[in-house]
Amino acid sequence: MNEPDSICVPQAAFSFRRVLAVMLRHLYVLRRSWPRLLELAYWPLIQMVLWGFVTKFFLGHSSWVAEAAGVLISAVLLWDVLFRANLGVSLPFIEEMWSRNLAQMFVSPLRDAELIAALILMSLVRTLISVTPAAFLAMPFFDVWVFELGVPLVAFFANLLVFGAVIGITVSALILRFGLGAESLCWLGIFLLAPVSAIYYPVDALPGWLQIIALSLPSAHTFEGMRGVLFDGVFAWDHFFWAVGLNVVLLSLATLFFLHMMKMARIKGLLMQQGE
Amino acid sequence: MDSAAQPAIQVTDLSKSFNGVQAVNGISFRVEAGQTVALLGGNGAGKTTTISMLLGLLSPTGGEVRVLGARMPDERHKVLGCMNFSSPYVDLPKRLKVWENLTVYAHLYGVRDVKRRIAELSEDLELSSFIKRPFGDLSAGQKTRVALAKSLLNAPKVMLMDEPTASLDPDTGDWVRSYLERYRARTGATILLASHNMGEVERLAGHVLMMRAGQIVDQGAPTELITRHGRETLEQVFLDIARAGDTVPVGAAS
Repeated sequence: MNEPDSICVPQAAFSFRRVLAVMLRHLYVLRRSWPRLLELAYWPLIQMVLWGFVTKFFLGHSSWVAEAAGVLISAVLLWDVLFRANLGVSLPFIEEMWSRNLAQMFVSPLRDAELIAALILMSLVRTLISVTPAAFLAMPFFDVWVFELGVPLVAFFANLLVFGAVIGITVSALILRFGLGAESLCWLGIFLLAPVSAIYYPVDALPGWLQIIALSLPSAHTFEGMRGVLFDGVFAWDHFFWAVGLNVVLLSLATLFFLHMMKMARIKGLLMQQGE
Repeated sequence: MDSAAQPAIQVTDLSKSFNGVQAVNGISFRVEAGQTVALLGGNGAGKTTTISMLLGLLSPTGGEVRVLGARMPDERHKVLGCMNFSSPYVDLPKRLKVWENLTVYAHLYGVRDVKRRIAELSEDLELSSFIKRPFGDLSAGQKTRVALAKSLLNAPKVMLMDEPTASLDPDTGDWVRSYLERYRARTGATILLASHNMGEVERLAGHVLMMRAGQIVDQGAPTELITRHGRETLEQVFLDIARAGDTVPVGAAS
């Protein structure tokens, strides 16, 4: 056998090829696992059906819902974007821990920032697989066309995707530090933010002190923006810019936190010890 | 990074402690390019901790590690592309097929012609009969060969191997050792091997570092060690050293 030259050249500070390699590892699993694909789409579909019937009921009993029939279904689908975006980052990360693959990855030229980028892109893929079927089926089932939101839907989707990734990165960092015993944070962490994200009700329905917390989250600004489009037909630029600004700050902080936890993992020897 | 004068591995006064337990305690050694050196010691001697620091997976508490001139872990990205690692204590994703795992890692290491390299390794390491099977379905011997293939994807200049034949039957273990001998002869790669298999160490290593309780307590060529201790086999030397002196630190990573 002819050995190739050793790949002993300086490595790029950021390589999209390495990002794609990490994505490929997860796409290989997804593409032939129909139970996984089904699981991704299952909850958004169930949620859509459940809230579709709630909407039908409230159309005759609530003037607020009657003003904008799609408000609850749009809210639940956007909530699923946030939820799935969080899982889209944290689940692939803990899969590396379950399969005792973290050490292998980190003795390769893969950089911490490339892993984060790959997890965020995987989150986009998984989120699209999750919510797209429910978004399309809401039309024949309940006569709600979520895409009626138009271009603002892209802005809402992007902001929730990034905020979901922020939560996923933070949760992944905590699981790296505290081990797989903390893996339930993947599912539980985000629900802590649900009441103050003003998903199904306006921020001003919250007590004053909670409104301050709500408005410090990109999610509350996004759901306020969604209601602005559905009820008033207006895209609330102020809420959009708040959501973007907060996402930039929170994503930076979450990334720094993850990098700090990686450094701690190198001090405490956690990268070699992970696994079930 | 690749100067002829500099050693492949240079370890100076290296220490690592975990919550007050000294896993590695002020060790120093160097491995010249093209040499095969074995870290020999019982459980808890500090072999895996030392290898982890060489790989940049673990930050030292004190001292310095340099691999191909790069200080680990801070400068690891200068050299990780020309190193690789194999251990039964880390895994590859079990649901991925063998060729999928190798493809992912070939891209991570920046291998130029991925398909060709995998085909070469598949032929060389006799993977073809199970290359389309999920990694998790393989036997221990097959997994070891796949792990070896992964560790050779980038034709590394420095290979770190943690107990490469642990849990293998004698025939498969012999096959792996023969392969490593041929690979080293063909490429001139530097190999650092952690093991407590005396036969393996005698066969592969030109120099042995005997570790106990986080320290290097003796070193030399296998024959030198046997002569110096007045014994007939390296195993007897190992037992002399392992049973002498300090107890193994409880809880130290090894």
